[in-house]
Amino acid sequence: MFSNLAFAIGEGDCLHVTGPNGCGKTSLLRVLSGMSLSESGDVRWDGTRIDRDRGTFNQAVFYVGHREGLKAHLSAVENLQFDLGIRRSFDQADIDAALERLAVTHCAHLPVRVLSAGQKRRVALARAVAAKSRLWILDEPFTNLDVAGRDLISHLLDDHLSGGGLAVVAAHHDLPLRAGRRVPLEIS
Amino acid sequence: MWKAFVRWFHRMASPPHFYAAASRWTPWFFWSAIIVIAICAYGGLVLAPADYQQGDGFRIIYAHVPSAWMSLFVYVNMAIAAAIGLIWRIKLAHAVAASCAPIGASFTFLALATGSIWGKPMWGTWWVWDARLTSELILLFLYIGYMALRSAMEEPSRADRASAVLAIVGVVNVPIIHYSVVWWNTLHQGPTVSKIGEPSITWAMLWPMLGMMVGFMLFFGAILLTRVRGEVLARERNSKWIKEVAVS
Amino acid sequence: MENVGIFTAAARLVERDLKVIFRHVSEALNPLVFFVVVATLFPLATSPDAALLRDMAPGVVWVAALLSSTLALDSLFKADMDDGTMEQLALSPQPLAWLLLAKIVTHWVVSGLPLVLIAPLVARGFFLPTEAILPMMLALALGTPTLSLIGAVGAALTAGVRRGGALLSLLVLPLSLPTMIFGARATDLAGLGEDPSGPLYLLAALLFLTLSLAPLAAAAAIRISLD
Repeated sequence: MFSNLAFAIGEGDCLHVTGPNGCGKTSLLRVLSGMSLSESGDVRWDGTRIDRDRGTFNQAVFYVGHREGLKAHLSAVENLQFDLGIRRSFDQADIDAALERLAVTHCAHLPVRVLSAGQKRRVALARAVAAKSRLWILDEPFTNLDVAGRDLISHLLDDHLSGGGLAVVAAHHDLPLRAGRRVPLEIS
Repeated sequence: MWKAFVRWFHRMASPPHFYAAASRWTPWFFWSAIIVIAICAYGGLVLAPADYQQGDGFRIIYAHVPSAWMSLFVYVNMAIAAAIGLIWRIKLAHAVAASCAPIGASFTFLALATGSIWGKPMWGTWWVWDARLTSELILLFLYIGYMALRSAMEEPSRADRASAVLAIVGVVNVPIIHYSVVWWNTLHQGPTVSKIGEPSITWAMLWPMLGMMVGFMLFFGAILLTRVRGEVLARERNSKWIKEVAVS
Repeated sequence: MENVGIFTAAARLVERDLKVIFRHVSEALNPLVFFVVVATLFPLATSPDAALLRDMAPGVVWVAALLSSTLALDSLFKADMDDGTMEQLALSPQPLAWLLLAKIVTHWVVSGLPLVLIAPLVARGFFLPTEAILPMMLALALGTPTLSLIGAVGAALTAGVRRGGALLSLLVLPLSLPTMIFGARATDLAGLGEDPSGPLYLLAALLFLTLSLAPLAAAAAIRISLD
């Protein structure tokens, strides 16, 4: 699908993956997250191949794909409690703050299945905030979001990057960043 | 020695190299299989004495026993190829595993068919729930499941790896299934009517059988190489060397 | 930030799965009802003759248990694959095989354990002697987890296949035969008033074998299905 890609990002960097539909943006993100195997080449985190030490890498990364990864019959809070719960010890305050940040506090206790697509998107992203992971891998994070929502995501990214976080974002939108360094990568 | 083997193995894993080598080897396997099978068929069907109990009816074992043996041998082969493909991520090994399945299923079917033809004069019925026939039937189900899983997956690389896991799980289970079926069988019936390889068998009866096994193995080699070549062509259809092979 | 241990993580997964299951509990009961319905078919398809049914009882119970457990497998990983939560499990810092084992155990508690508990009712309907009931339940308690574990490998392999139901049965049923043979035999022996401990030991051996290998195979299969 693609070959001869080589890049490295460090603290405060945001790799912005662009390209036409079907060019393999999602595939690249899945390879970077460790979910897919690349046919050749490898992905390293802190110098170690990610498939050699999955535990460490997975602790550091948070992936939000096309599917939100939320249980429809559970509420936003319950979903976040579980997702954080298998990663690390957490406070309810972390979850509440993240949901507040994404402006979904009002529907935090409804089952996710009754939420709108945009609200689900926000809940999914709230997990990334609450998990406080160092690397965010976001696949088309702006889908289903209104103008306010998109603005919110760019602000989130700003905060994440200025706090020393890393991000990989696939989006055919512009990515207006006020903090951090944007590393563009176009796949054709 | 080992290093030389590893080097050879790596060279063989490259599709163009394998394709060329397989094209050279196939006729050798094929003709030696024909010759060995012809000699042993003569030995088994003409030279060997008739069995004192079963008369000439026993001669079907010269097809039945080698195919039953091959049905298991091919399954183990398939699992080994699948494991190599999964662990070292060698695509050619997956192609070999994929090519093994239909051949193994055919041998299994042949073993079942000849077993049931043999059973008609022996037991007076086409089918009995004999331990060996029953485990052969289950082996056929395992082959069919493997092929069904493979064809259900659209993406070749995923089909390769998923069916490889199934083949490995299957090969762990084959002995368990076999012994549980034997155990089940001995509880419900008396000991089976006859067993191959009892000391009563004479050398004149035995050598065609052993030769037949060798012949079937060679035949398997010829068919396997041909099938793998087909697989390689299908999988590599977009690469440059195929065009060179196809033009020449 | 403190990492969580594997036991806490497993407990949280069990808790989540149970919550999800109990929020639409009717679906979870289907395999149990299926078990009873399949067992009911046999007298109707043959005859209500007590001696015949008594002979068939162990076989009927085990065939029905095998079919019902296979039916239940479809929901084991499929829902998690469809909503993307399986991706999150695969990307969590916990070993995937361990998390899947937690899922399988939960699945068994909901779909296998009820079979063990309701089987005496079915067995009485088939006139199985009272003294055979307890060994039968023990055999089911040892055998149905094995069926769930073997089934989980099949379910993981077919998790990415769109209409995998029939395929799943085709993969899983032949692999489950030894469990069924030993289970039915133990029940049969107990019904005849003999000592069923031989097949029960074999069932236990199979359980430990699959308990140690099946989660690893299932995890490999899930990673392939996610790729």
